[in-house]
Amino acid sequence: MDGEELTEQETALYDRQIRVWGADAQRRLSKSHILVCGLKGTVAEFCKNIVLAGVGSVTLVDDRVVTDESLPANFLILPHENHYNGKTLAEVCCDSLKEFNPMVHVAVETGDISTFGVEFFEKFDAVIISCCSLGKKVLFQKLINQKCRKLSKRVAFYTVECRGSCGEMFVDLQDYKYSKKKLEETIECQIEYPSFEEAISVPWRALPRRVSKLYFAMRVIEQFEDVEGRNPGETSIADRLGVLKLRKELCETNSLDESQIPDALLERLLTDTREFPPVCAIIGGILGQEVIKAISGKGDPLKNFFFFDAMDGKGLIEDISGPSTRS
Amino acid sequence: MASQEQLSAIKRAKVLMVGAGGIGCELLKTLALSGFQDIHIIDMDTIEVSNLNRQFLFRQSHVGQSKAKVARDAVLRFRPNISITPYHANVKESRFYVDFFKEFDVVLNGLDNLDARRHVNRLCLAAGIPLVESGTTGFLGQVTVHLKGKTECYECQPKPAPKTYPVCTITSTPSKFVHCIVWAKDLLFAKLFGDKNQENDLNVHSSDTANSSEHSEDVFECRKDEDIERYGRRIYDHVFGHNIEVALSNEETWKNRNKPRPIYSKDVLPEEQTKENGNEEKGCAADDVSAMVSLRLKNPQDIWSLVENSRVFLEALRLFFLKREKDIGNLTFDKDDQLAVEFVTAAANIRASSFGIPLHSLFEAKGIAGNIVHAVATTNAIIAGLIVIEAIKVLQKDNNNYRMTYCLEHPSRKLLLMPVEPYEPNRSCYVCSETPLSLEVNTQRCKLRDFVEKIIKAKLGMNFPLIMQGASILYEVGEDLEEDMVVIYAANLEKALSELPSPVTSGSVLTVEDLQQEFSCSINIKHREEFDEEKEPDGMLLSGWVEAPVDKDNNKPIGNDESTSNALPSMETLDGDKDDEIQETSEVVEAFAGKKRKLSEVSEVTAPDPSGPSSINQNKPEKLDIDDEDDELIISDDWESFTKKKKL
Repeated sequence: MDGEELTEQETALYDRQIRVWGADAQRRLSKSHILVCGLKGTVAEFCKNIVLAGVGSVTLVDDRVVTDESLPANFLILPHENHYNGKTLAEVCCDSLKEFNPMVHVAVETGDISTFGVEFFEKFDAVIISCCSLGKKVLFQKLINQKCRKLSKRVAFYTVECRGSCGEMFVDLQDYKYSKKKLEETIECQIEYPSFEEAISVPWRALPRRVSKLYFAMRVIEQFEDVEGRNPGETSIADRLGVLKLRKELCETNSLDESQIPDALLERLLTDTREFPPVCAIIGGILGQEVIKAISGKGDPLKNFFFFDAMDGKGLIEDISGPSTRS
Repeated sequence: MASQEQLSAIKRAKVLMVGAGGIGCELLKTLALSGFQDIHIIDMDTIEVSNLNRQFLFRQSHVGQSKAKVARDAVLRFRPNISITPYHANVKESRFYVDFFKEFDVVLNGLDNLDARRHVNRLCLAAGIPLVESGTTGFLGQVTVHLKGKTECYECQPKPAPKTYPVCTITSTPSKFVHCIVWAKDLLFAKLFGDKNQENDLNVHSSDTANSSEHSEDVFECRKDEDIERYGRRIYDHVFGHNIEVALSNEETWKNRNKPRPIYSKDVLPEEQTKENGNEEKGCAADDVSAMVSLRLKNPQDIWSLVENSRVFLEALRLFFLKREKDIGNLTFDKDDQLAVEFVTAAANIRASSFGIPLHSLFEAKGIAGNIVHAVATTNAIIAGLIVIEAIKVLQKDNNNYRMTYCLEHPSRKLLLMPVEPYEPNRSCYVCSETPLSLEVNTQRCKLRDFVEKIIKAKLGMNFPLIMQGASILYEVGEDLEEDMVVIYAANLEKALSELPSPVTSGSVLTVEDLQQEFSCSINIKHREEFDEEKEPDGMLLSGWVEAPVDKDNNKPIGNDESTSNALPSMETLDGDKDDEIQETSEVVEAFAGKKRKLSEVSEVTAPDPSGPSSINQNKPEKLDIDDEDDELIISDDWESFTKKKKL
């Protein structure tokens, strides 16, 4: 048992979910602190999910000013003319999220968190990044992941990106121990996760043969955007040749056959860059579940990438690890 | 995604949502964000506190209001310029008839009960409108697509009926806690606080020896000037003491079973102690009355001792009579009635104690008694996303790409979301393929009323049936029937089948229709003299209607409530209670299961390259990575784990 009981209010509100994960897990959730950076549609979905779940607090980071473009997939933004005069995405979403569950503390943090010290991250139990306007997605994610890993406390790290009909999620729980019931016994489990940098550095030829093509395609697009100094999603069909060229180079370096990264898939990722609400709901839901699992210590967490493609409808897990952390 | 053609198809579409609850809120939000502009939504419920953990369009201040209306208002806040038409109504109402459904391009279900789903299925078939079905329970979920003539309808794959238990298990030989709950809820609670005119099986002895039902009636009536404490103990002693002693006297019953022990209040709660109970609640509203509060039992997750349960039993009973007298005689069990839940928990636990069955907390007991479906927001969000994806395919008539998608708790071959191609319609489906059914019944003893209640309504899910033999109408329900017909039909209900004006005997063929559902089927009647009272308590056997097999939980729909009530007990136990299994329908299931074919095998056109416009650089088109064998394996292996309840 973890100490204080749930209040009567919490028991009544959380009844249906306590029946899923138990009162202990609910208590742990209520003490947890989540940091969220990059308030696009998928992350909005995720925030809604964890606020409803009853986490202790959610801290939002997104200094971008609200514009008409922010509206499409983000239902936390209410389109009133005077509503968002100069307000940032974080501020507007904060107001909306508070309404979903008054028991959750929702706050805003400003600034470039990749420059913040390690002690800033110590406050949190989970950090979720969906890179937006910072131009260097890979570097940004690496930096934050490193900070999370430097702490003696385990801070769970997640990245998420949705483009058109595709979505990708990454999980790093470092050295994760948990227990679960198998039949009548309780067994202890341990999973070692590679860091973000380690994962994306795994040579492609070292990966199992049937790894999702979406993994490779996302890496190509990601590198292309970084090299060209683009914000995530700032691509079009005009970039086709550039991307195919990059693919060729990467495949050569990695001894991977180019057919493993189909043209059609790359084209889709180049042109359909806007978030597609159903995919946001799906990825936001999976992400929500994963964070709840990690915080409550209940349930097998996924390791370490999750992909969804509405084209084939599959939602699959890929283990992208080097030999030391391969399960 | 959302190409130009998709966007225009979406903008033009008129969508009907049935259900504004867990899935409904997520779905309405996602539809609105995806560009849908004309959405209609039907839901008969009002908002409750326990909804707020996932039905995020609702706030505390909305409790008691219509879900459909509040959902609409909430979504209009972030999409003010779309049209959402709410109906605070039951989808089974006659105004939602076939022509109403015909107005829509697609129907999206977010329901939580089998009955309504079957009803909507039939209306969609009659209207020829595509239906996207869905369900969630905890971390599990599924989305299925149904197009008349092209895919299975919702009823092509048998859906198990809600669990019921044999009378004797409930009244005499419980072996599981749920049996004790059913006893406490449907027998004891009903007897004490419900309609006194209702038939009640309490005290029925399994061997049918002379049972002094007159005597029982006296026992349960509170005597004039009787002290409530006295009365409570008298009831306690009768049901937990005396009745157990009577049951024990029948040696036969206990030959292969553990004997229960009788429990008397004086042994558990010596007289003086009860007087110390009860903190008189001065001036509290009748609704807030609670035995737990009165006895200072704080945590609903605690498992009370026999002593505590007994205290709760007596205190709850006392509070009902003292504070809620006007309710007595009218009550049906309501999971949101705290005092009722306390009483049922305590009664079930005392009975369990008597029979050596583990006791449960109020929290657990409430879940069982109230058929509570455990639910979280994330699964509903995922399912809503999948529904919208299918809905868009439907609008574009993207026939080769429809998918049934299963959201798993544990990955299967790396998949957490598993798409499967839909199957072609089941040719033995009595709903969409109009296959006739057969009924074995004793035509001389069975009344038309039983046929209507147990078969037509309960099993076949018809609400407004019309029953004919040839040109002769035996029975119908309707609003504008002539008076003399109404009289005839009422009389017919009380007649045995063979005595009807148009006699129904072996070889008769009855046609049964539901005009609202525009659904009809025929039933071939076969006379049979004897039926096993234990195994076929209904005295009727319907076949050709494929029921789910009893040994596996195949095709169990996710997100359907499971009734534990036992109003008309029959033998359909699906929880592996080995003593009571029946095998009759499993053969029928096996016969048809092998014949299902996937849509892709049926059509001669090859599936288009799902990765989009054909690429220049590839040798092979990107194919769906699912082959036949894998699907069969995946589904039958994993469906078992779908239904294993999570232990807290």
